[in-house]
Amino acid sequence: MRSDPADYQLLAPGKLQAVVSLLADEPGQWLPIAGGTDVMVQFAAGKLPARKLLSIWNLPELRGIEILPQAITIGAGCTYTELREHPVIAREFPLLASAARWTGGIANQNRGTLGGNIVNASPAADSLPALLAYEAELILVSVRGERGVPYLSFHTDYKKMQLAPDELIRAICLRRDFSGFLQYARKVGARNAQAISKVCIAALGRLRGGAMGGVNGGAIEEVRIALGSVATVPVRLTEVERLVKGRSVGPELVQLAGEATAAAIQPIDDIRSNARYRAAVARNLVAEFLLQLRGWEGTP
Amino acid sequence: MSESSNHRDKCEVSLTVNGEPKTVRVYPMERLLDVLRHELGLTGSKEGCGEGECGSCSVLMNGQLVNSCLIPALQVAGANLTTIEGVAEGPQLSALQAAFLEAGGAQCGICTPGMILSASHLLHKKPNPTLDDIREGLSGNLCRCTGYMQIFDAVMRAARRGNSA
Repeated sequence: MRSDPADYQLLAPGKLQAVVSLLADEPGQWLPIAGGTDVMVQFAAGKLPARKLLSIWNLPELRGIEILPQAITIGAGCTYTELREHPVIAREFPLLASAARWTGGIANQNRGTLGGNIVNASPAADSLPALLAYEAELILVSVRGERGVPYLSFHTDYKKMQLAPDELIRAICLRRDFSGFLQYARKVGARNAQAISKVCIAALGRLRGGAMGGVNGGAIEEVRIALGSVATVPVRLTEVERLVKGRSVGPELVQLAGEATAAAIQPIDDIRSNARYRAAVARNLVAEFLLQLRGWEGTP
Repeated sequence: MSESSNHRDKCEVSLTVNGEPKTVRVYPMERLLDVLRHELGLTGSKEGCGEGECGSCSVLMNGQLVNSCLIPALQVAGANLTTIEGVAEGPQLSALQAAFLEAGGAQCGICTPGMILSASHLLHKKPNPTLDDIREGLSGNLCRCTGYMQIFDAVMRAARRGNSA
């Protein structure tokens, strides 16, 4: 049953300070709404439990992408369109640019925000594996001040996260550390525009001394692999990373990595896919990444 | 459903729709789509899915393509909106509308307003789109009649004439 808008309150205080004050006054009572691409869907379906909403769309303090020499800071209110069109993100953080391009159609990319994608906490969210691979830091804000939380530890279980009821995500920080890395992202779904991923991957890695380098040439020097839609939260495959690090890619390593991948994930059957298919796709994506890494010459 | 004590107050929202200033008295969580159709009588924007997947409610908000079913009324305060009703110049069809007619890009018509606005947004950003650009630009708009080819053809024709309106 459709919701009756008369049952809902929505305020737009227009300033971050006013927003966090309201959140602090009645913790857990206010639901922030940015572009509405998730919240309004629940609202229309009559499934929005919150009755008091706080608009953070266009809040100046959550906007903008700041480029520093060592890092970039993305305002939590940045849209997918802003992410995919930003030259530094397109060049240095292609995993995030790809995820932004794959999330929804253009209209949803114009409204959906990175902060919203994080707090909506879908295990299938396309941008979250990229944040795992880049080891993003989230800046949370409340009337008590700001604190940083590594995204790696932010999502703790299905829709559970390290966000106090009076806190908002203000920004997402990425270190500019990834020149010389192969960056690999792929989404497997029914189609890109509307379909949510069956499985998605974001991975990066580099070989010691490039593919042709000296004695240990071709061995994997650094690697990060993250998958979406294979567990209750997006997962970093740390066991697989440990297994392949320092070794050269060949059929045997691909086989071992595939087994370790299958052991590290807990995919489910749902309307979009089933556990068996998801496990097979996850293994194949990890294999494809490793095989691309084998031929990687080290120039991005 | 709920008792009146739970009911929230309506608010005044002023905005510009197709060049005309308007003020409506609505609940802040009323969907822009409902405001357009019920308060302003602009029924060109359609409701297909009501969850941002079909694009038949697409409008331009400050030049950006959006799904009006996903926007609460309060968030359009001060905004400049273009709906399908604002695309033609009086009796004169826009180049895109004319191209849709010529190419058979409109059949049942439900998706057409959204298709035209998505195409307009695309041509504004990319005046000389490739077929892939058009496919991506319209990927958030579903059509169950045409099979899309006539629609892509229409957008390509309009682009060649260099008029994105």
